[in-house]
Amino acid sequence: MGFLAAIGRAFLIFLEATGRLAQFSATALSHLVRPPIYGRLIVRQMVDIGYYSLPVVGLTALFTGMVLALQSFSGFARFQAEGAVATVVVLSLVRELGPVLAGLMVAGRIGASMAAEIGTMRVTEQIDALTTLSTNPFKYLVVPRLIAGLTMLPLLVIVADIIGVFGGFLVAVYRLSFNPAAYLSQTALYLTANDVMAGLVKAAVFGFLIALMGCYHGYQSRGGAQGVGAATTNAVVSASILILVCDYLITGIFFS
Amino acid sequence: MTPTEPATPKIELSSVCKAFGSKAVLNGVDLTIGRGESVVVIGGSGTGKSVMLKCILGLLRPDSGSIRVDGVETANLSERGLEPIRAKFGMLFQDGALFDSLSVWENVAFGLIQGRGLPRAEARDAAIANLAAVGLDGDVANLYPAELSGGMQKRVALARAIATRPEILFFDEPTTGLDPIMADVINELIIDCVRDLGATALSITHDMASARKIADRIAMIYQGQIVWAGPTAAIDHADNPVVDQFIHGRAQGPIKMQIRRL
Ligand SMILES: Nc1ncnc2c1ncn2[C@@H]1O[C@H](COP(=O)(O)OP(=O)(O)OP(=O)(O)O)[C@@H](O)[C@H]1O
Ligand SMILES: [Mg+2]
Repeated sequence: MGFLAAIGRAFLIFLEATGRLAQFSATALSHLVRPPIYGRLIVRQMVDIGYYSLPVVGLTALFTGMVLALQSFSGFARFQAEGAVATVVVLSLVRELGPVLAGLMVAGRIGASMAAEIGTMRVTEQIDALTTLSTNPFKYLVVPRLIAGLTMLPLLVIVADIIGVFGGFLVAVYRLSFNPAAYLSQTALYLTANDVMAGLVKAAVFGFLIALMGCYHGYQSRGGAQGVGAATTNAVVSASILILVCDYLITGIFFS
Repeated sequence: MTPTEPATPKIELSSVCKAFGSKAVLNGVDLTIGRGESVVVIGGSGTGKSVMLKCILGLLRPDSGSIRVDGVETANLSERGLEPIRAKFGMLFQDGALFDSLSVWENVAFGLIQGRGLPRAEARDAAIANLAAVGLDGDVANLYPAELSGGMQKRVALARAIATRPEILFFDEPTTGLDPIMADVINELIIDCVRDLGATALSITHDMASARKIADRIAMIYQGQIVWAGPTAAIDHADNPVVDQFIHGRAQGPIKMQIRRL
């Protein structure tokens, strides 16, 4: 009996959390389309997410591209398919690793800082103060972050893809003695618009989810420093899990 | 007492209840505040004074009871419906609640820029004038809240609350943490806001000298209810043991502090 009650209680808590998140998202989306829109804040968030994430995302992409070239070469050499290295590097990056790795890196960097900032504002009553100063906290805090996440991640991923392919190119040419021109034409040969599209859709969805989780957990935080710390952790963990789940779902939609 | 009570009071609370989990904080609060009146609420620490203010502002939802602002029932309004009501208020939070990512003048000008749509340059001048009114000079305008002392933060928060000249002003412990002279300056400022700007003020304080100075009426909250309310002059012969103990600051009496001696 106690066992069943425990399951029931856990299930109710789960439903409650889901409901709260759904309500939060609905409110955020309704404010996304209603004026006023705070341009300055959107730009500031875009710079924060897009520009300042470049080093982290770029480095990740560079080494991922390099290791992909190395791995696929040593693997494919076993059945004399070394020619496929360029194709494997570009397709895995554009369709899969670019968006997922950029998403995970940005989730750690941006999702955490959003949750910490909004969470601190919540526990120090700054969000209440916003409300009393005729400013809707959803419009002022949440919407700029959602817009910035949604638009900046695809741009970051484009950059990441290019840097990743370049990393693969470097390894292929300078370590594995590929012909540079042949490698590049091989890179372009099998890449379709659909591949790029799928990668960018993923990036936009991931960017939105990262910002949503950061804002949601920050907004819901309670109690002092400990509550903010928990919100930060929850934002990063939930965004990372959602990224991996949605990655599977979107891949299913595009390539089935 | 005002001989003719205005037809609709500015703020009217009746039987407002609010509990957090199983802990009842407000337990049927009744309070009426007339237009242009300055009311001070006194009461022990943790008796729900700040919670009461937040319920009136719609930052917390009361569990039951009715709250009317200018005759409009706010207790079950939607967030959007609350917006025009909230625009009437200026609130000084107990802990300041300054925006730590904005400079001092941007904090003070916030309501003018975001709420009223004033150009930034104009709002900055207004902010500096408001800072001067709370005894802060232009040097602090470009600092950030974290760079100020506690009492300075409180005064910046006060300047922010009054910057938009709202109809209704809430002050949650405006003089706590200030030196006695600055406390009196703030008292005068609150009186000016009520007298010259015609604002309605609801203040919370533990400082009886300040309460006597700024209040037209005083109300005492105890165990989640208003146990006494009356004109400021009447508080000394309130004939209420709870009020008596509080204003004389005696440890012995009906209010029992939950402490055990070492
Ligand atoms: N968000 C909240 N969640 C749970 N309990 C709360 C919350 N806010 C206030 N309380 C509780 O409500 C009670 C009243 O709090 P409130 O802040 O109104 O006290 P107060 O009268 O303003 O005290 P003080 O004079 O010390 O500021 C306290 O016991 C507090 O624990
Ligand atoms: Mg309080």
